[in-house]
Amino acid sequence: MRVHVNGEEVDVRASFLSDLLNELGFQGDWFATAVNNEFVARDEHASKRIEENDRIEVLSPMQGG
Amino acid sequence: MLRLYGQVISSRLLLGTAQYPSPAILEEAVRCSASNVITVSLRRETAGCAEGNRFYELMKRFRTYVLPNTAGCSSVKEAVLTAELARDLFKTNWIKLEVIGNQDTLQPDVFALVDATKILIEKGFEVFPYTTDDLSVASKLIEVGCKVLMPLCAPIGSAQGPRDTGCLRAMRASFPDIPLIVDAGVGRPSHAAMIMELGFDAILLNTAVAKAEDPVKMAKAFAQAIDAGRLGFQAGLLEPRDIAVSSTPVIGQAVFYEA
Repeated sequence: MRVHVNGEEVDVRASFLSDLLNELGFQGDWFATAVNNEFVARDEHASKRIEENDRIEVLSPMQGG
Repeated sequence: MLRLYGQVISSRLLLGTAQYPSPAILEEAVRCSASNVITVSLRRETAGCAEGNRFYELMKRFRTYVLPNTAGCSSVKEAVLTAELARDLFKTNWIKLEVIGNQDTLQPDVFALVDATKILIEKGFEVFPYTTDDLSVASKLIEVGCKVLMPLCAPIGSAQGPRDTGCLRAMRASFPDIPLIVDAGVGRPSHAAMIMELGFDAILLNTAVAKAEDPVKMAKAFAQAIDAGRLGFQAGLLEPRDIAVSSTPVIGQAVFYEA
């Protein structure tokens, strides 16, 4: 299935967000996610179904002012 | 003692974490500033890169409160979404809410700011709004639930220092019980001291420290200036006078006659 992760098109096997994050190497507690401009809380990653062409944002901490 | 949304804050210097020459210098600057609130941000993570994780680990070592920002957002929707992501990641209800209205001046879009603040407070956030020194905007922000205000004193990163102390003075007088933190535009320790002498509660710095030739030394300089300004305010400042007033008593002064 083709989805967009942080603006880049990728092919994934996963059907749920938590599996997709694992598949792409996002492991740990240092990122937060949104799907199609909607926030998806950490405890909803496992139940959030991913559809073709979904736009997924994976954000992590960075320096800020 | 400064309290921000119920939390006791030991230092009146809040420090941004961007633009330092290296993570080691950032860490030393945070330590030497004695700041116990740092600001952070969120950005896209590259799969397999884990750069965010490295910063996350560094940040945890600081043992400070974390104030995430919504830098770069220019709409209510973007800002609210970013705040929700920040809360999930940093596990805090605090959010430094920035909704930019003009890309040249980086001034806040105060209408969107008030709208976003209202939504976020309803969602349980504790909002630190990056705002102007406009009193009517400040009133609206307080009306929708802000318990802290963060006016700019000059454009972000400009290092100009307070451009209109009259407006800052009016803001202090109008909101005596709301913690006021100058968020942007401070360039020198003397600017910080001047703002603190006006009775402001704290100062949030980033560029002035991070881009100094020696950020660690500058962090210390600002910490001392902020403390000095605060002490001066508490001590009660003498108002300027138009004429000279002798400081040495004239009573008992010898009188000499010319021959």
